[in-house]
Amino acid sequence: MIDVNSPTFWPELIQVVLVGLGQTLYMVGFALLFTIIIGLPLGILLVGTERGGLFERLFGSTRVGRVIHTVLEFVVNLGRSVPFIILMIAVIPFTRFVVGTFIGSTAAIVPLALVAIPFFARMVEIGIKEVDPGLTEAAHSLGATRWQIVTKILVPEALPSMFLGLATTITSIINFSAMVGTVAGGGLGDVAFRYGYQRFSTIHIVVVVIVIFVIVMILQAVLTYFAKRFARNSFDEKGGRASRRLAADTLTGGI
Amino acid sequence: MISISSVSKSFGAGERRTVALDNVSLEVARGEMFGVVGQSGAGKSTLIRTVNLLERPDSGTITVDGVNLTALRAQELRIARQGIGMIFQHFNLLSSRTVQGNVELALEVIGRDPRERKRRAAEILDLVGLTAKAGSYPAQLSGGQKQRVGIARALAANPSVLLSDEATSALDPETTRSILELLRTINTELGLTVLLITHEMDVVKTVCDSAALLEGGRILEHGKLVELISTPGSRLARDLFPLGAVTVRPGTTVIDITFSGGNADRPVIAQLARDHSLDISILGAAIETIAGNQAGRTRLELPGTAQAHSAIISDLRAQGLLVEVVGGEAA
Repeated sequence: MIDVNSPTFWPELIQVVLVGLGQTLYMVGFALLFTIIIGLPLGILLVGTERGGLFERLFGSTRVGRVIHTVLEFVVNLGRSVPFIILMIAVIPFTRFVVGTFIGSTAAIVPLALVAIPFFARMVEIGIKEVDPGLTEAAHSLGATRWQIVTKILVPEALPSMFLGLATTITSIINFSAMVGTVAGGGLGDVAFRYGYQRFSTIHIVVVVIVIFVIVMILQAVLTYFAKRFARNSFDEKGGRASRRLAADTLTGGI
Repeated sequence: MISISSVSKSFGAGERRTVALDNVSLEVARGEMFGVVGQSGAGKSTLIRTVNLLERPDSGTITVDGVNLTALRAQELRIARQGIGMIFQHFNLLSSRTVQGNVELALEVIGRDPRERKRRAAEILDLVGLTAKAGSYPAQLSGGQKQRVGIARALAANPSVLLSDEATSALDPETTRSILELLRTINTELGLTVLLITHEMDVVKTVCDSAALLEGGRILEHGKLVELISTPGSRLARDLFPLGAVTVRPGTTVIDITFSGGNADRPVIAQLARDHSLDISILGAAIETIAGNQAGRTRLELPGTAQAHSAIISDLRAQGLLVEVVGGEAA
């Protein structure tokens, strides 16, 4: 039991929360980085290898495209359906292979990225599917390569939607990062568990909840701002289509 | 310039198989404006999309500027497409780019450096009259302006052929006219060959040199407009100058006279009435300028006997006019 009236209570709490916050930001930040680096191409490939997609005939063979699509679908669905706490334990051998250990904040980045990649890939998929097929057609008529179509058409046009997807992805990474205390990953979730639950300090829980809430709010606001900024040009001043599309994205992106 | 030869295309398989193009052949001469008309579902869109192989035909060959596109590999086809511009009904502009950015896309694709892109974009935007809107986004433009951007983008890489897929169908009549004027200007000034598809006869009438009628995936008629007009029984000619339904009163003969070229400005009817002392009624008339020539059709009602009518008709034919008997005594 922690003594709330002790003169060292608040300084210690702030100290503990700041360390937890640092660990959370570290884990979430790096997990997010890997999520974008791997999830973005994965999402593009997921849409592209569909029937009639840009990469339907990968390396000149319809079968290659079909096989890749089936495998990706399977992996993404698997990654999204396994509960995080189980996934984290299941991938311990992989984590150990990559990081050298499965304990600590750095090691926790691996399962966090693994759970977020399929999630973000789906977000990317949704965003790219929203791009008018007429634009791809126009690019084909100009003689664009597939790479040009991806980089000059699909990604820029899907950017607003992807920013919103990113906001949802970050929120879920923060969410899952609360569980990495299990593998001594630390972070705010760990603070809440060790101090709040094991040592009965409600104040610790309240503070952690507030801090996480503020982080999510700020991220959501910043990313929504970017989404609107990039989407602004796509919509007329009345904003009818804009609000509908943003609302739809928020719905499909919600966890 | 464009040679479509025995092209067939069908969609689906088994019982749900629909034939979009059935052994279609068409020649578009260099520098010509060629219009393909037809109802929706006639296969127009499929036809124009086979020209740059956005849709690969099941059989037949497409030759553009001497290159057999159907024989090319993917990489070569991309290069060939850079010489074939295309504009679309719904413009297909990137919402994330400005007008200038949209035009520059075509130049990025062919690997021009930034300075050259900027110069060419400014030049081509000047041609389509959108210099003032270079920094605007498509969402801030009207339909006509968007299509001008589409045209600018299609022309940026200096193609020799322009394909127009119902480019004016989403526009109001006023805007349609200005876009058609622009297309005609481009055609004459840049010597660009234009193949357009449309369901509006007016479009063909206003800008085309030649036309083809597509129905059920087949070409029913094709040729130069001036020639089609003087072809007896031509459906295109009838559609170009619609005179409506005929009601023939007893004791009369109804005839359609088609004027084209030199005989369009002669006072044929007045002379006819004088020579034969007839009380001619004009039931309908349509006179237009087609490919720079006056042309039109007039529907007349002649009172009297069949014999007299036959004499009149042969008299008119002797003057080089195309006369079709629609109904009545002499029919």
